[in-house]
Amino acid sequence: MTAITETPMPDGAPHPTGAPQRTGPARSARGGGSRSAIRSVLRPGVLIPAVVLLVALAWAVAPGLFTSVSPTAQVGEALQGPGAEHWFGTDSTGRDLYSRVVHGASQSISAALVAVLVGLVFGSLIGIAAGAVGGRVDGVLMRLVDVLLAIPALLLSLSVVILLGFGTTNAAIAVGVTSVAVFARLARSQVVSVRASEFVEAAYGSGGTFWSVLLRHVLPNSLTPVIALAALQLGSAILQISTLGFLGYGAPPPTPEWGLLIAEGRDYVATAWWLTTLPGLVVVAVVVATNRLSQSIGRGSDSAGRGR
Amino acid sequence: MNAAASTRAGKLLSIRDLAVQYRTGRGIVDAVRGVSFDVEPGKVTAVVGESGSGKTTVAQSVIGLLASNGSIARGEIELNERRLGTTSLVGLPERRWQDLRGRCIGLIPQDPGNSLNPVKTIGRSISESLRIHGRPSREEVRERVLALLEQVGIDDPERRAKQYPHEFSGGMRQRVLIAAAIANDPELIIADEPTSALDVTVQRTVLDLIDRLRRESGTGVLFITHDLAVAAERADHVVVMRGGEVQEQGPSERVLAHPEAEYTRQLIADAPAFGDVVVRERVAVRDRAVEPGEAAPSVERAEVALPVERAERVETLDPLLRVQHLRQVFGRGSDAFVAVDDVSFDVPRGTTHAIVGESGSGKTTTGRAVAGFARPTSGSVTIGGVDVTGLRGRALREFRRGTQLVYQNPYGSLDPRQSIGQTLAEPLRNFSIGTRSDRDDRVAHALELVALPAEFAHRRPRELSGGQRQRVAIARALIVEPELVVLDEAVSALDVTVQAQILRLLAQLQSELGLTYVFISHDLSVVRQISDTVSVLQHGEQVEFGDSARVFENAQHPYTRRLIEAIPGRRAPTWMI
Repeated sequence: MTAITETPMPDGAPHPTGAPQRTGPARSARGGGSRSAIRSVLRPGVLIPAVVLLVALAWAVAPGLFTSVSPTAQVGEALQGPGAEHWFGTDSTGRDLYSRVVHGASQSISAALVAVLVGLVFGSLIGIAAGAVGGRVDGVLMRLVDVLLAIPALLLSLSVVILLGFGTTNAAIAVGVTSVAVFARLARSQVVSVRASEFVEAAYGSGGTFWSVLLRHVLPNSLTPVIALAALQLGSAILQISTLGFLGYGAPPPTPEWGLLIAEGRDYVATAWWLTTLPGLVVVAVVVATNRLSQSIGRGSDSAGRGR
Repeated sequence: MNAAASTRAGKLLSIRDLAVQYRTGRGIVDAVRGVSFDVEPGKVTAVVGESGSGKTTVAQSVIGLLASNGSIARGEIELNERRLGTTSLVGLPERRWQDLRGRCIGLIPQDPGNSLNPVKTIGRSISESLRIHGRPSREEVRERVLALLEQVGIDDPERRAKQYPHEFSGGMRQRVLIAAAIANDPELIIADEPTSALDVTVQRTVLDLIDRLRRESGTGVLFITHDLAVAAERADHVVVMRGGEVQEQGPSERVLAHPEAEYTRQLIADAPAFGDVVVRERVAVRDRAVEPGEAAPSVERAEVALPVERAERVETLDPLLRVQHLRQVFGRGSDAFVAVDDVSFDVPRGTTHAIVGESGSGKTTTGRAVAGFARPTSGSVTIGGVDVTGLRGRALREFRRGTQLVYQNPYGSLDPRQSIGQTLAEPLRNFSIGTRSDRDDRVAHALELVALPAEFAHRRPRELSGGQRQRVAIARALIVEPELVVLDEAVSALDVTVQAQILRLLAQLQSELGLTYVFISHDLSVVRQISDTVSVLQHGEQVEFGDSARVFENAQHPYTRRLIEAIPGRRAPTWMI
């Protein structure tokens, strides 16, 4: 650390030296920041989940690039095992399972995104309102959130989907509703802790109004962990939507949705293992990958926070 | 004593050419490079330096508790211990360390608040090292613990030993930690900033205690401190460190009276206890008695004839700030806690009023009431003739334009996500001061005012040092051109050299802009230099108020006298200065 040996500060001179040993590393950190960011992305713990997710996203966006076979057409003999022609084998009506999984990605992932968006938006709004206003508003909103948390997630999403009617979008909204409480709690705790910090009080001291301080200081400093949670929720949303699909509350057949694929295969577990196992593995891989990545986001924001 | 030891006869601890490195994400950092010094039995060696100087790293290498990414790159540390003679402390296996720590080397840690296990009784905490180092019988351990508590001056040891840390005050906890450190009569005690977290009066009694134990038992003390005044008062030998290197070392009298290194000279010049860090035109304020008709406050306000020759200017203007019978109660019913009880003072325009007290005295609460961040339970705060205690909404915002608060911690008071320019422009936007294009100029001007280069506007707080951040905080307060600035321990967290710069800056800005300061501090040596009038608070009560020259020379209240006597460096030997 070269900065530590800096010359003594001139006495009362215009040159503003505080404790120079602090500026040195901070300044060099700016240069090293991008390099270390690249290095951290290249770690296998980050790289592999990133590749898995990218592939899944590519399936969702452009399934035609990965398979030319229609997901709903009968292309071969029923219940063929995995092979060179049909990578994941064929199902009971002779449809190509690999193509169905690829095309199913858009169903499952877009539904998961909708679910997370619902949870993120409504949850954050509730949490921010509760944390920023405080007092009675906080009490009422948080008790509502407690009620939401008290109902098991699956039961809640089933109730919502029955109220709204079956279908992919409705299933997504139902899953989103179950995560509102988690987002609200986290957003509130962040807002409350940031609101207590000195720079927020100093902002009021500089003549800030409630709204300007909230928008300029409180929200930017409290939402990073909420974003990290959104990434984490993406994985569990895929899982929950597949669950609803499996139970028959999601997309109607013959839509290739991941949960539905597994459900369709369960009658053949004994004879055609690939019908449940392979789509199941894909779901597991994507969920684990999002969890890993959101952990990295969380850790990254942690160390950025410590650098303050 | 074997042959190797006789070559360094009389030394208890000898460090030669010690170098310590830390592996970090950004490569290897040399924290300590080539440090050599000795500690003699029964003597105190003080290592003095600012934050980042490597002084704590030296202490950690001596007791084998370097952080896991740190390692001794070269050099030798030898301890001349009673049982085994000279032992090299470099590269010892953990098993040997466990035997040495506590038995031969005792550590008094910095923060008494966090250093005791909260779920163990005081007695158990002290007896831990006794049991580790083999005192078998329960009765023997108990007797020793009680004797130790008695030795460090804790009354009623039988009862106190059964209590938990939360039942002890900070000073008492530090005594307990000292008792634990000396439990096995170690040859060497390492005291790492043992009193930095304590109030001055407590600091003094704790330091006296360490002194007494050292004299009685002949223990050598390695004393780590940032405070040159404390080192001057307590140490036989002073080692001045900076940037991991020894700048100067020698007997304390010699180093402090005839410093050789440039850095030592600067440290001495900047230490408020030793001389005039700030040269400012003092404003003598007549000790105004309370106006007739008002109830006389319970404060001793002796009318003392002013030493007129010391005052360049006698203030006769009406006060800008007038605080009357301020009282702040937190909580309700039986939980009610009176933080401030009947505090009154006047501050004339262009002067500095200091509020002095130890932690819990209510000085910050008073400052926050003045700055409009707390609504007092009763009493009034009048600024420029307007009562500010009842302000709300728009009126409160308008009031903030005239009164600004600067916080103690420059790391917490700036938004980490905003650039310095954004931080400084914010009050301008909020108060609609200037035009959009004009704001950049004003920001640049504000930076210039606090002696920071204009390009700092593009930096973020984390790219600035503590002193630079505090300058930014001051610039933010000044950019709205306030009349009154409340400085809440605004220089307490800074190294002495930086502290001296900020104090000079404050004095200069005051004379240029005619600012009025309320300066809240626990550090009387700083207060003596920067204030015109002073209030002394104890447990929320104002025990003294008056012209600061008068208060410092002729304190009326015993508590004030105790505070003044406890300023380290005051009892420094007469060869000083």
